[in-house]
Parts: sequence; structure tokens; C-alpha cells
Amino acid sequence: MKRKIIDAIIEKIIFVCGILAIVFVVLIFGFLLKEGLGFFQDFGIIKFIAGKFWYPSSSPAQFGILPLIMGSLLVTVGACVIAVPIGVMAALYISEIAPKGVKDVLKSIVELMAAIPSVVIGFVGLVTLVPLVRTLFDVPTGLTAFSGSIMLAFMAMPTIVTISEDAIRSVPWSYKEGALALGATKWQTLRRIVLKAAMPGIIAAVMLGIGRVIGETMAVMMITGNAAQIPGSIFEPVRTMTATIAAEMGETVRGGIHYKALFGIGLVLFVITFLVNFVADLFLGKSKNK
Amino acid sequence: MIKLSPKLSQKLSYTLLFCATILAIVPVVVVIFIIIKNGASAITWEFLTSMPKDGMRAGGILPAILGTLSIVLCAISITLPIGVCAAIYLNEYAKDNMLTRIINLAIVNLAGVPSVVYGLFGLGIFVMFLKLGVSIIAGALTLSIMELPVIITTSRGALRSVPYSFREASLSLGVSRWQTIRYIVLPNALPGILTGAILSIARISGETAPILFTAAAFYVPHLPSSVFDQVMALPYHLYIIATQIPNMPKNIIFGTALVLLMMVLTMSLIAIVARLYFRKKRKW
Repeated sequence: MKRKIIDAIIEKIIFVCGILAIVFVVLIFGFLLKEGLGFFQDFGIIKFIAGKFWYPSSSPAQFGILPLIMGSLLVTVGACVIAVPIGVMAALYISEIAPKGVKDVLKSIVELMAAIPSVVIGFVGLVTLVPLVRTLFDVPTGLTAFSGSIMLAFMAMPTIVTISEDAIRSVPWSYKEGALALGATKWQTLRRIVLKAAMPGIIAAVMLGIGRVIGETMAVMMITGNAAQIPGSIFEPVRTMTATIAAEMGETVRGGIHYKALFGIGLVLFVITFLVNFVADLFLGKSKNK
Repeated sequence: MIKLSPKLSQKLSYTLLFCATILAIVPVVVVIFIIIKNGASAITWEFLTSMPKDGMRAGGILPAILGTLSIVLCAISITLPIGVCAAIYLNEYAKDNMLTRIINLAIVNLAGVPSVVYGLFGLGIFVMFLKLGVSIIAGALTLSIMELPVIITTSRGALRSVPYSFREASLSLGVSRWQTIRYIVLPNALPGILTGAILSIARISGETAPILFTAAAFYVPHLPSSVFDQVMALPYHLYIIATQIPNMPKNIIFGTALVLLMMVLTMSLIAIVARLYFRKKRKW
């Protein structure tokens, strides 16, 4: 009898832990909303999203996050242009072409990148990549969106490679056998059959990579130059939404308008990453149902 | 466009894919090489065990190492039991219904929230609302929520890998569901859960953004003595000396980066080796 009661209590605790994930998502959203909403009422949501100037400490203060959104967007697009083709090609090579013994080694090295703290990557970028970009492209500063894109591309690589590799590997053998039996070369089979069948998984990998890039903070803050202006080209300094929060939260008055504005940015980031991950999850489900 | 023979086009494409793989790997090797090459000379016993001096431009990084260790240990001891219980619920109890689907969506979403947004949340709820102040505990709680989805996912994988027949055998003997989980499923899943936990420790040791406004201090002249202390932390310290302090000696920055990198890589390596070892030892 006593055992039954103990079991019942433990099972209740386990259930509570189970639904805790939901509680936290709601709490995070709620807290961001609570701080952000007051700001939207005071300042106006349209002026916030579409405002071209981010001057939080001038008077009157300007809290337009368009330059920050553009900064995040530019760096993210730049990173994708580099990381997606390289990542997908590497995933194809690792899963289908690499000799058996090397396969796991290659995969482990790519995954190692994910283990390196972003602040370390940022620092290495600062001492190597930034001066290189400055001399190579003859620009006044190497702290540009371009440098940030390269660094972020490396950081998204493990996500894109691992998940694409999973998707490519899980394409049924019979698909390949069918194509090869019809006389297609191995490459033709890979390109026309395997790649196509693995597409939902690859799209999910890219989405998750994008999610990672948008949310990256430290490395981006260290190498993109932190200029809150609408960038004219990829060789100009930019400031992302994440970097703005990280750089400015330390100096704000707790509970003040600037503090609330930063929560507003957090809310925008939360919504964007929610959508990106939601879509990624849909594609991931699609690729697993095969 | 010239039409290549299928053979030649295969050869060219394979070369291209090979080059892409090299491109994906080289940065990792380069980053690790640069840090080790430039940082190794800074690592001395004194560097690891003394306080910073001259506005961090000399001396050691002991308080930052201890600060990071205390935040991380605190965080993992909060998140591991909760995460494992959640994994048990999802793998052993949950039915395929709406609630389970919402939980799964919540986990996916939590995993995708940017680390700096966790920092904001931690500031809002732990530092301000619960009045814990900027402290080890506030930082640890923030990191523990951030790491929860990872712990749940890895633990769930470990539980799932325990064959269903084990549970059936136990249940058919009249053992209750919880007893079966406690004495049959959990012990068999433990290696997988623990390797996941070590990987998580490695990951949160390097996180900077979530502790930026919840735990980390620019400089604290004494070592941490309680969980309500503000502390120095290794990743934040690296950020500060790499970007905020003028005329910082380069070898101290590289040395700090090397210590952080080694901490993280050693733990990751232990987890990977342990995983291989347990996989080999597994009886099923």
C-alpha cells in the first residue's frame, strides 16, 4: 500500500517535470511580453519595427530597430550563402563518398566546431580574420558584416552538416538501387535521386542553421563593428539585434524605457526563432515519415 | 555548355565535394591550432592559481575558473534531475496526444531561443522579479532552463535505446511501472544520460550571453563564497580582456582562451570516448 502511494507521488513529479518545458516557454514569452508591451504602448510598435534610427541615449531617444533587423538579416544571408552549399556538399561527401574509416573522423571534426565557445571563435576572428578582411578588400575597418558572415558560416556548419547527413543517410537503399540498376552513375544517382529524397531534411538543416545564426551573440558582437546604421554594403560595420541587447543591457536603468526597448528586441527575436524552428520541425517530421 | 561524359562529371563533382568537406573542417583545425600555439606559453601554475593583477594585465585567472565551475555545477545539478524526469515522462508515460505534441513543440522552441534572450529572461525573472540579484544562482538557473531541452533530448534517446523487451519482462513479473523504470530502464540508460550531461556541462561552460547580466562581474577581488555572490566567469573574462581593456598583453588573452577551450574540449572528448566505450560494452 505504502509503495503504491510513493509510486503515485513519483509519477506526479515526473508528470510535472514533463510539462515544465511548456511552462518555461510560456514564462519566457510572458516576461518578454510584460516588459516589451509597455514599451510598445509608450513608443508605438510601428515606430519601433520600421524606425530607421536607433539612438537610445539621445533626447528624445529614438528606438527604431530597422537598422538592427537589417544588420541581422545581412549577416544571416551572408552566412547562409557561404554555409549552405559547403555544408550540404560536405554532408553528401561524408555520408555517401568518404571511405568508411574516415567518415566518423570527418563528422567528429565538424561537430567539434559546435563545442568551441562562441567567445573563443569571436576572439580568433578578431585577431585573424578582421585584419585580413581589412587589407584584402582595402576597407577602413575589418569589423564588417562580411567578417561576421564568414564566422557565422563556420558556426552554422556543424548544424547544417550533421542534420543534412542524417537526412541523406536515411534515404532508403531501394531508391539508390533502382537508379543504379537503370544504368545511372553513382553521381547521377546522388544528385538526381538521393539529394531530392533527402530535401525535406536538408531544408530543416538549413532552417536550424539559420536559427543558430540569428541567435548568435558573442562572436557577432566582437567582429561586426557594432554600428547601428542601415548598411549600404556587406563591407560596412553592422549591429545585430542580439549584439544590441548584449552590449547595451549593462548600461540601462532597470525598468527604464531603454531597458524595456531591449526586451522588445528580445520579443522580436523570440518570435523569429520560434517561427524558424517551427518550420524546421515541420520539415524534420516530413523527412522522418518517409 | 559542353556536355561532359558521365564518368568525368562524376570525377569532377567528387573532387568538388571533397574540397567542400575540407573547407568545412579547416576552420576548426585552424581555430584550435591558433589558440594552442599562442596560448601555451602563458599557461603556468601561477596563471591558473592566482588572482588577476594590474587591471587584469598580469597575474592569473583563478577567480574566473572557479566562478565558471560554480555556475556550471550549480546549473547542471538543477537541470539534470528535471530533464531526466521530463524524458522519463515523455518516453515511458506520455501517450500520443495533443499534450505530448505541445510538449515536443515547446522543447523544439526552447532549444531554438537565442542565448541572449535567455539572458534577458534570467535578468527579468531571477535577478529582478525573484530578487536574487546578479549571482551564481541567478546565472545557474538561467543556464539550467537553457540546457533543459538538450538534457531532455539526450536522456530521451538513452531511454529509447533500452529494448522494449526489458520492460515487458519486468512488468510481466508483476513489478509496477515506476519500479520497472527505476530498477530496469534507468540503470541501462544511465551511461547515455551521463554522457549527455557531460556534453551539456561542456557547452554551458563556454556560454557567455546568458550570464552576461545574471551572474558575471567584470572584476571581483575575492573568490566566490556563496551562491548569492556575483562572480567572474571564464568566457566573460575572455570577452572583457579581448575587447574592453586597452594594451592587454596578447599572451594572457590567448592563455585564457586556451584554458576555456581545453576545459570544453576535454569534457567533450570524455563524453565521446565514454559513449563509444558504453556502446561497445552494451549487451543488446
